[in-house]
Amino acid sequence: MTNGVPLSWYLILSAVLFALGVAGFLFRKNIITVFMSIELMLNAVNLSFVAFSYQLRQVNGHIFTFFVMVVAAAEAAVGLAIILTVFKNRQTLNVDEVSSMKY
Amino acid sequence: MDVILFLTFAVIAVVCGINVVVQTHPISSALSLIGVMGSLAVLYLLLGAEFIAMAQVIVYAGAIMVLFIFVIMLLNAGAESKRGRSFVAQLLGFPLLIAFLALASYFIQRLYPDTAMVQFGAFHGGTAQNVGRALFTQYLLPFEVTSVLILIAIVGAIVLARKELE
Repeated sequence: MTNGVPLSWYLILSAVLFALGVAGFLFRKNIITVFMSIELMLNAVNLSFVAFSYQLRQVNGHIFTFFVMVVAAAEAAVGLAIILTVFKNRQTLNVDEVSSMKY
Repeated sequence: MDVILFLTFAVIAVVCGINVVVQTHPISSALSLIGVMGSLAVLYLLLGAEFIAMAQVIVYAGAIMVLFIFVIMLLNAGAESKRGRSFVAQLLGFPLLIAFLALASYFIQRLYPDTAMVQFGAFHGGTAQNVGRALFTQYLLPFEVTSVLILIAIVGAIVLARKELE
């Protein structure tokens, strides 16, 4: 047990990456960067799943990670199509200028 | 050896993650995100998740990020402007982030004290064989439902991004 890494380090790394994703989501204006921050959060959660899967010695966490990847791929395809449409109609990628649904 | 590998790739992941948030040009953010995903794939390998590590490289770093970069180049997206940020967010954002991280680390340390160690090679459940067996027996229904989801996503993406016919 001398040359191992504590499990908590993996979970803290996951929390750091998730916090960075939240920060990017809230602070950035470019809609593509906001979208990439969401992907960063998904990756952070995946790391947690795999770490817990190791701790419990079960494969279920890997399955969840697999499903998250599938949903992320579908989400990226649809989301980027929406971004293309928004850019085609508004000629802007700034989220503050795409706010007609506000109020 | 485990500690060195973990620290190396954890630092790469965090630095690239910070880079994703602070870079103004979307292409730089996208390339940094590929760095995060690559180093996470190595961490998955350390945790004994071989199949997930390969899927991470192929699906995330390969397919999804290529889609992102393709769209960035298609839209010719430039650097974003710095102005127009809320004063409260600028003032409180960073301290709140640190507070959240400190709180999360404290509870993680309490829940999982240092006796729970991760050693490379102690868990062999993440091979393609084991993942496939679980996927096609216990999780067969969700697996089939995701195929419908992907079909809907393909149709939706084509409908959204096509050119209107005259």
